[in-house]
Amino acid sequence: MTEQIAQTVSAAAAATAVATVPEAVPTTVSARGLCRYFGARAVVRDINLELRRGEILGLLGPNGAGKTTIMRMLTDNLAPSAGTVEICGIDMLDQPRKAKAHIGYLPEIPPLYRELTVSEYLTLAARLHGVEKRKINAAMDEVMQRCRLDNTSDRLIGLLSKGYQQRVGIAQAIIHDPDVIIFDEPTVGLDPNQIRDTRALIRELGARRSVILSTHILSEVEAVCTGVQILHEGRLVFAESISGLKQKGASLEEIFVRYTMNAECPVSP
Amino acid sequence: MQNVQSVHDLMLTIARKELKILFSSPLAWITLALVQCLLTWVFLTHLNIFLQAQPQLIKIANPPGLSEMIIVPLFAMAAVVLLMITPLLTAGLIAEERRNHTLTFLVSAPISVVDIVLGKFLGLMIFFSTVIALAVALPVSLLAGGSLDFGLLLGNAIGLFLLSACFVSLGLYISAMSAQPATAGAGTIGILLGLWLIDDMADEDKFGITRHFSLLAHYEGFNRGMIDTFDLAYFALFVLLFLTLSAWRLDKERISG
Repeated sequence: MTEQIAQTVSAAAAATAVATVPEAVPTTVSARGLCRYFGARAVVRDINLELRRGEILGLLGPNGAGKTTIMRMLTDNLAPSAGTVEICGIDMLDQPRKAKAHIGYLPEIPPLYRELTVSEYLTLAARLHGVEKRKINAAMDEVMQRCRLDNTSDRLIGLLSKGYQQRVGIAQAIIHDPDVIIFDEPTVGLDPNQIRDTRALIRELGARRSVILSTHILSEVEAVCTGVQILHEGRLVFAESISGLKQKGASLEEIFVRYTMNAECPVSP
Repeated sequence: MQNVQSVHDLMLTIARKELKILFSSPLAWITLALVQCLLTWVFLTHLNIFLQAQPQLIKIANPPGLSEMIIVPLFAMAAVVLLMITPLLTAGLIAEERRNHTLTFLVSAPISVVDIVLGKFLGLMIFFSTVIALAVALPVSLLAGGSLDFGLLLGNAIGLFLLSACFVSLGLYISAMSAQPATAGAGTIGILLGLWLIDDMADEDKFGITRHFSLLAHYEGFNRGMIDTFDLAYFALFVLLFLTLSAWRLDKERISG
């Protein structure tokens, strides 16, 4: 019950954040002219991204469109061939450690140490992200409650089910209360209840932070995000806010198909 | 100043994590047990030889003592044993993280690759210190019925520590280059054996250039209880070189993808 209220409140907060004049809301993610080549092959071409606090951006695109590559560049796992990334005004190339302190990242495959227990792993994540020692326990209790990891703290991660492992992955990304959260396909392999919980959590997180998530589920973007960008072959082909889409009454699926099918076989709207 | 402190903390955090994961697998415990069995066997064999030869030794003008007859062969053997176990323990250091996709977890955190490399190195060196401490405990047990040359023992312990630091730094670098732990293990044992063979070749040609590159040749001085600055410099440079290369290799991964 309380959760539902929290959901509606946070969803409302997220909606107002977009609707009100965004000038006062600080920019958290700013990527300009992002390019990435693997050898001669261009995977990401001239991508510009800008996110403010309270925005949840859904990155859509067919497999191989460059979603994961962009996320890896935003988190400094990959150096861009050209372009700049700024997190909360800090340049990633100049001060990577300072910039990374503001990011929480859940890659496509959750980076879990199977040999550790949940609490050992989350303590490690908190320490590596510079959470003060005396605050670690409080931070851990909070994320474990948020991600519904109650009663799993002493269990080995390797023995947890896929859904719980995914929750641990989310927990490690948010334990240091980052300003920017990046989720690469966070709901893949989860059952419908878990998907619902995860979406609610993302909405809740996005109320006070910036969230970027990639997904293949179009309804997920409509349900969770405040903005959407569609990538195709490394290029940004479509960008719009969800409220804008709703006003126009456009279907995201039609737009997706129109922009990501090859030019030879266009689909009329 | 505070920055220095936090860098220190991150390195220790990585080291602690390495040890926790190492000791949560049977590998570390089996290795410790087998090494100790092997060294105890060598120790007892040489003790036996000494006890049997004692009546004859007394007749010689300047007889070799208990320490020389036991510590020297024991630590020579310990060096070879460490050479054999190092690849088992270093192979996974980075290759395993890469295979399990946990390297992303470390790289995404606000820490530098130097912290990652030093933390991993430190973690494994703590493990090796345990192995060395157990090896030292064997001759120390002789104090129950005699005296020991502590200078010789200390020289050997330091030598073995530096030698294992070289093994670990090399193994770490090979692991940083490999996608699979098994490849890293095979590569490390191959190169370490190569460095051993250089030592054998060096034996025939005492002043040859190859001798300068041999790890075990530089360990020989320590083994006989002599601490030579040249050997110290060699070990220090060796460790520094491979730790730098490991950090450089990890950093390059961001660029090559």
